[in-house]
Amino acid sequence: MSKVAIQMTVNGTLYEKEVEPRMTLVDFIRDELGLTGTHVGCEHGVCGACSILLNDEPIRSCCIFAVQADGMKVTTVEGLAPSRGQLSKIQDAFCEKHALQCGFCTPGMLIACHDLIQRQPHPSQDEVREAISGNLCRCTGYQQIVDAVMHATACEDTTHD
Amino acid sequence: MTNANVKFKYIGKHRRAVEHRRFVVGEGNFAADIHLRGMLHVAIVASPYAHARIKSIDAIAALNIPGVHAVVTGKDLFTDTDPILPGVDAPQVKRYPMAVDIARYAGEWVVAVVADTRALAEDAAEFIDIDYEVLDHIVDPELAALTNSPLVHEAHGSNIIFNRKFTWGEVDQHFSECDHEISYRARWSRNSTVPIETFAVACSWNDAAQMMDVWASIQMPKFPDQLAKALRLDGNAVRVHFDVDVGGSYGVKRGLKHSILVAYLARKLNRPVRFVEDRLENMRGGDMQGPDRIFDVSMGFNSDGIIRSMRMRALDDIGAYSGRAPLQLGKPVGAIIGPYRIQSVEYEAIAVMTNKTPQEAVRGFGQAPTNYAIETGVDQIARFLNIDRIELRNKNLIGKDEFPYLIPSGTSYDSGDYETVLKKALNAAPYSELMIERDRLRNSGMLAGIGVSTCLEPSGGNSSFEPLFNPKNTTTTWMDSCLIRIDLSGSITALMGTSSAGQAHETLVSTVVGEVLDRQPDDIRVLHADSLNALPSNSPVGSRMAIMLGGAAAGAAKKLRNKLLKIASHNLGVEADSLEYAEGNFTSKFDPTKKITWAELVEIAHRKFHELPSDLEPGLQEKFVWEVPTGGLLPTEDGRVQMYPCHSFEAHVILASIDPDTGKVTIHQYICGHDCGVMISPDVVHGMTYGGIAHGLGAALLEKYSFSDEGQLLSGTFMDYLLPSSHEVPPITIVDHCTPSPLTEFGQKGSGEAGYLGSPAAIASAVNDALAPRGISINTLPMTPDAIWTALHEQVNELRSI
Repeated sequence: MSKVAIQMTVNGTLYEKEVEPRMTLVDFIRDELGLTGTHVGCEHGVCGACSILLNDEPIRSCCIFAVQADGMKVTTVEGLAPSRGQLSKIQDAFCEKHALQCGFCTPGMLIACHDLIQRQPHPSQDEVREAISGNLCRCTGYQQIVDAVMHATACEDTTHD
Repeated sequence: MTNANVKFKYIGKHRRAVEHRRFVVGEGNFAADIHLRGMLHVAIVASPYAHARIKSIDAIAALNIPGVHAVVTGKDLFTDTDPILPGVDAPQVKRYPMAVDIARYAGEWVVAVVADTRALAEDAAEFIDIDYEVLDHIVDPELAALTNSPLVHEAHGSNIIFNRKFTWGEVDQHFSECDHEISYRARWSRNSTVPIETFAVACSWNDAAQMMDVWASIQMPKFPDQLAKALRLDGNAVRVHFDVDVGGSYGVKRGLKHSILVAYLARKLNRPVRFVEDRLENMRGGDMQGPDRIFDVSMGFNSDGIIRSMRMRALDDIGAYSGRAPLQLGKPVGAIIGPYRIQSVEYEAIAVMTNKTPQEAVRGFGQAPTNYAIETGVDQIARFLNIDRIELRNKNLIGKDEFPYLIPSGTSYDSGDYETVLKKALNAAPYSELMIERDRLRNSGMLAGIGVSTCLEPSGGNSSFEPLFNPKNTTTTWMDSCLIRIDLSGSITALMGTSSAGQAHETLVSTVVGEVLDRQPDDIRVLHADSLNALPSNSPVGSRMAIMLGGAAAGAAKKLRNKLLKIASHNLGVEADSLEYAEGNFTSKFDPTKKITWAELVEIAHRKFHELPSDLEPGLQEKFVWEVPTGGLLPTEDGRVQMYPCHSFEAHVILASIDPDTGKVTIHQYICGHDCGVMISPDVVHGMTYGGIAHGLGAALLEKYSFSDEGQLLSGTFMDYLLPSSHEVPPITIVDHCTPSPLTEFGQKGSGEAGYLGSPAAIASAVNDALAPRGISINTLPMTPDAIWTALHEQVNELRSI
């Protein structure tokens, strides 16, 4: 199958690649760029494990082709930390509040929470539940994820992020 | 062994799980992340029919596509591999990774295509032409059990693969002495724990070394051994890498067939091969659907509410092939009376095969359905006698002073204080306010109900159900192990023998080793061995790792501390019992100047043989392999057996409402009283409990693998197999209680199945309490809006027709 040249800025790095038009964005991120933090859970847009930011908007990267993201900016879980060795406030809160177990939904969940906090720095519990309702987690029952977001957004500590 | 007053330094404290950091930055190492040079990819062609003979397979067009490396069929595997054994004694129920001549369920693998990319393999799969002859099929488990039904495995001669009736105690006499008897049916429909990660496996064959390397998202006891046997390889020719992060399992990640196929392909093609299920493959052909049970139960009881005897018949639809599924009827034998003083039990366990996706182990290994069936009866007795459900439970709960408590089926419960845990949960609600709120909701036009369940979580996972259900299997140990090493820098590394799927075992082991050696847990590294470097271990099943891996880690750490003590005593010239240990250093109790530090002890052990006591090996490395406490015995002839050693307890109290116009259930309050003894990692225990409750909510209200009459799976996507989201799972209050187990190192019990073992029963209890004013009761899970709405409207229609 013929390939198409695309370019994309992923976590601040510009990539230029040739891809099959049918390659999904998540396969491009994982297989072409080697950024395996973003996960594939259902490939039909329900579970949210593949969530990324595309031009700062959260999307399902399994339901879009890489060519559709040509020229755009992508942020994945690998791009959330402010610098190497540091965690963002929400990443730190996930660790502190045990907001994950197996870690498989976590990248998508972090993207959803990161996006919420950008829009609403001090969300209510209901707003957190609304924001993560498109991301399925089978380990936590969501409670400690809600706790983590409340912790991250209540804390005034600025040492992270 | 256990003293409830022992003060721990690290155990029971808040501590960040050491695993989390790699996951939050996207550096987990999942099986689908394994990329090997020259790796090939697999696509599957599955049977579209529930039962069909494969007449011919034409793969020429597919093989002619550039980039396609192989097309293999069940016949190829039949020639070159051995079948997977069923858990019970049924040698004619043969199971291969792909259908051999006959496909026995829609979704069964028929052909595997190997190509440079998955997309290309899928393209090629489209060109494969398979000619089928459709055969008579059977999907109804009760019909399948009849003699005139189409046979799933003709060579077996029957669709019943296991059937045994146990009688423990004077059942007939007790029933005849009872004032009352109720009989009911409880239906647990087919669902699963459905991890967000599908099954994935990558294999690489080294022809020179004759070695198969395997990276799989596996949670399965004896997986390397079974894989090697099926591949006809020596055990030491298969190396399973347990450092793969497993993206959720909760029992189901048993991809033996996937691994046999991929390993076979890697060897055949002499190239690394990977297969990652897509979601439909996972749901339909991943062989990870759970118990599918029809319970017919009778309970004998007196007018004062004392339950004396129970008859339970459990018919389980295991699908087209047998793995661990029939054994899931066996584990509940060890908690067959729940937390109640039921004096005698008749239990008939029947496993039936149908033309459906095979059943595999699911969280609780059959206990959650059984708990739901028992609790349904307890609620019905309360309703029959018009006794409060709490009062009825309190009359029947085993008292805290009655432990160890021997139940009719031969298992001894280790410890517990059920009444107190229930009371704590009720107080946390508080129950009086729940009742006020329920009545307020009812007055506002809603249907509202309070749900209660009191359930056991057997823990410490032994495999006593294997000899119980298969006399040819005389397994009496399910050990686990740990190896700990202190290197010459003084750093501690512990090695565990299995993979993890979110249970934070690295945190467990480092906390335990830190506690015993009094060293900072965060400085202790825990590695997952590969199968050839691992000590004898089973896997994180049956709520066993806090007990078994925790116990093994503590055992190895104690041996190391003892060795350090000998070195200290020898070099200080002080009797061992005169030395005190703190943070790695030994000091004489009587002369504080006589002191030797961790660094000095390590230096002696690693470099100064002349300063070692003569009976010690140099270096610092110890292992400990622990047998399951209470293990080691075979069942008696009448099927009495000590199943699991420890018994955690949970009491659920909830308030729910039903919208009468839509049938939708909303949970307003959820309280879970929980006692799993000493918690090593409270955050982990609470996390598993929250998650278990969410799983139970799915089983109770949403999740069902539905099949058409033709045997087609109707709920193969997340659009129709509904998983609870953050909207459906309510905020949950957990109330802890601690009754230490007398059988374990620190008093811990298991908690890996916590929440799930009681929440379906509690939610069903609330729904039925809500429906009670309408005179309706539903005894089938899941209680979907459609099921509730239908029950309400059928009743309305019935009233109209009167």
